[in-house]
Amino acid sequence: MTRFWTQVVVVLTVLTGLNYIAWRWMASLNWEAWWIALPLVVAETYSLIDVMLFGMTVWKLKIRKGAPQPPHDATVDVFITTYNEDLDMVLTTALAAQRIRHPHSTWILDDGARPELKALCEQHGLGYVTRSGDWTKDLPRHAKAGNLNNALMVTHGEFLLILDADQIPEPDILEKTLGYFNNRRVALVQTPQYFSNVPASDPLGSQAPLFYGPIQQGKDGWNAAFFCGSNAILRREALMQLGLVGYVKETEKSIRRALAASRAAIKQARKSADVESPLVAGVLDEVEAATREAQEEVDAGRPLSEVTYRVRRRVDAAVQTLVEADIAALQADLEEIAAMELAHVGEAGVPVVADDAVRRMSARDWSPLGALESVQAVLDALTVERSNEAQPVMPLATISVTEDMATAMRMHAMGWESVYHHEILAYGLAPEDLKTMLTQRLRWAQGTIQVLLRENPLVQKGLKMGQRLMYFATMWTYLSGFAAVIYFAAPIIYLLLGILPVSSLSWDFFVRFIPFMVVNQLLFAVAGRGIPTWRGQQYSLALFPTWIKACTTAARNVWFGRPLGFAVTPKARQSGGPSWSLIRPQIVVSILLAVAAVVGIIRLVTGLAEPLGTLVNVAWVVFDLVVMSILVRAVLYKGYEPAAEPVNREES
Amino acid sequence: MEFSYEVKDSYAEVKADGRLNMVSAPKLREFVTDVIAGGSNRIVVNLENTAFMDSSGLGALIGCLKAARQAGGDLRIAAVQPQVNMVLKLTSMDKVLTAYPTAEEAFSND
Repeated sequence: MTRFWTQVVVVLTVLTGLNYIAWRWMASLNWEAWWIALPLVVAETYSLIDVMLFGMTVWKLKIRKGAPQPPHDATVDVFITTYNEDLDMVLTTALAAQRIRHPHSTWILDDGARPELKALCEQHGLGYVTRSGDWTKDLPRHAKAGNLNNALMVTHGEFLLILDADQIPEPDILEKTLGYFNNRRVALVQTPQYFSNVPASDPLGSQAPLFYGPIQQGKDGWNAAFFCGSNAILRREALMQLGLVGYVKETEKSIRRALAASRAAIKQARKSADVESPLVAGVLDEVEAATREAQEEVDAGRPLSEVTYRVRRRVDAAVQTLVEADIAALQADLEEIAAMELAHVGEAGVPVVADDAVRRMSARDWSPLGALESVQAVLDALTVERSNEAQPVMPLATISVTEDMATAMRMHAMGWESVYHHEILAYGLAPEDLKTMLTQRLRWAQGTIQVLLRENPLVQKGLKMGQRLMYFATMWTYLSGFAAVIYFAAPIIYLLLGILPVSSLSWDFFVRFIPFMVVNQLLFAVAGRGIPTWRGQQYSLALFPTWIKACTTAARNVWFGRPLGFAVTPKARQSGGPSWSLIRPQIVVSILLAVAAVVGIIRLVTGLAEPLGTLVNVAWVVFDLVVMSILVRAVLYKGYEPAAEPVNREES
Repeated sequence: MEFSYEVKDSYAEVKADGRLNMVSAPKLREFVTDVIAGGSNRIVVNLENTAFMDSSGLGALIGCLKAARQAGGDLRIAAVQPQVNMVLKLTSMDKVLTAYPTAEEAFSND
């Protein structure tokens, strides 16, 4: 029933929205002020697409009736990931995990390698995993994805329950979810993330009832339920398949890249005036012939391991010839010296260089080819060992700081199915201060944009159109920071300068705009079934600097390899007084809005502005200020006090 | 790789800084040949800053030794670094080219 009415409202939203935006583009633009008129209509179009994607999401709202009986012999590993969290908290979670009823092994994945935690694990009979010796200092660690990938190599349960260090699971979490895996195509069951240290007013917008509700249920309907990193159960087979496919793909890509680079490197080495010896030229000819042959073999689909092995053998032989020539020349020089009888050349006559010395001098690290660094580098890259990673098989995607989203998308692209189980089965701890919350939101947004830029869902092979749009919808919402700036600028410009981005505020405008706005709000109300969505709406606008920063840093990271400035979200409250500096851009914008409202009213009174335009824009300013007012409460929030407000566990 | 030399009382000291490899070896030969042509036939190659040597580098050193002997002098090496030392030992060239701790000591007894 909910679904029917939701669909009705979605249709109405799309119709009224298109009606409004078409009129805006075709008949309402004030071209004299195109510099604000165009950005505003683009921002409005952005928002309409956002709402339409939301409508599409909830269109297929899937309300599941619970999982069937799980197979009692399913083996499960419960992973608790930690890096630097408080040991008491980690242990509390681990002991709760130990009490989960379905048979399982509980492991603490300690990326901080803390001896105290190891001792606690031994004391309580918990499994303890740290990074293996393969993760040397010079290799990328891939944060949580790396931690999980490492643990996957030393455990063997069919299914994995992944929990963040603060997520205390219910004893029945597996009984309620494992049954979904009776369907052999299901690779993921995600349950909500709910926080027990958040007051009902939720000043930091920690609970995400719209996401862990209609949005995930809608994505589930499109077989695109997201993996959110914690409180989720995964099928090991699917993860391993992902790792293997990824390994093969990465290897072929890097070999093709190396072969392409080899041509340029050899050409460069030939040109360089340093290389005049015919011997060197001979080696270069041999290397070139070997790489050319390898290219043909790769194109013909020959196994990569054989191809790279042959290249290496051929190059090694060429290098050995070179070393032998060097040694032969040296030996000839020694003979000549001896023949001169001018001085001793050693007690036992001319020393002879042994064959194994020649071999040693030909090995990779001492090879004369090392002098041609670019050629050597290219040859080093011609390997199937994936020596730039700690382990060749990386089941969890490492292309993004939100490894969960990237991993699930790859699973979906390989045809696996996912489930969103709408029942709180674990209770976590949300950030209790604005700074930590902002760090967390920034990280989520950065990770999402990284995935968009590295593996754009719209062009990924294997995904269905619905799945593409479900992933894209979430990425699209993170672009809202740019639209927000325009939404703030437009009323300020009108109230201060009297410049209106629309040609006139007339009946034409209201008759199109108001129905759209009303139906739009109705959509959230119907789809949300009474859950509080206002806090989420406030933060999606008020955190505009965070969203913009996420887009710019992620783009710089993906395109120019610059660091993200990534930080682990601290689980403990950050000390110190109210930190207004965290919201400086928002304070500046709010002051500008308020000043603009006052100036606008003065202009109205003095007859410089017209009543309708002023009224609409002042109302707009008031709305913006009400939205931003949440930040004042967020800055002043002193953390959760359980005595004052008991946790209502029923609320979601 | 950078080469420099300095004429001392009884010998000329050649410094070879960097990696003595396939690319730089021919340059060392040329450089030492020029030093010998300039009138010094007692040469000390100071390898203090030579971190690496491959077979071509070794060949060049022996080539320079030959040139020095042909000019009626000798070539000695000093301040050998670990990798170079390993190469010399492995190829038995340590029997031909004695390594002295410092350039000053190389010709101190003759």
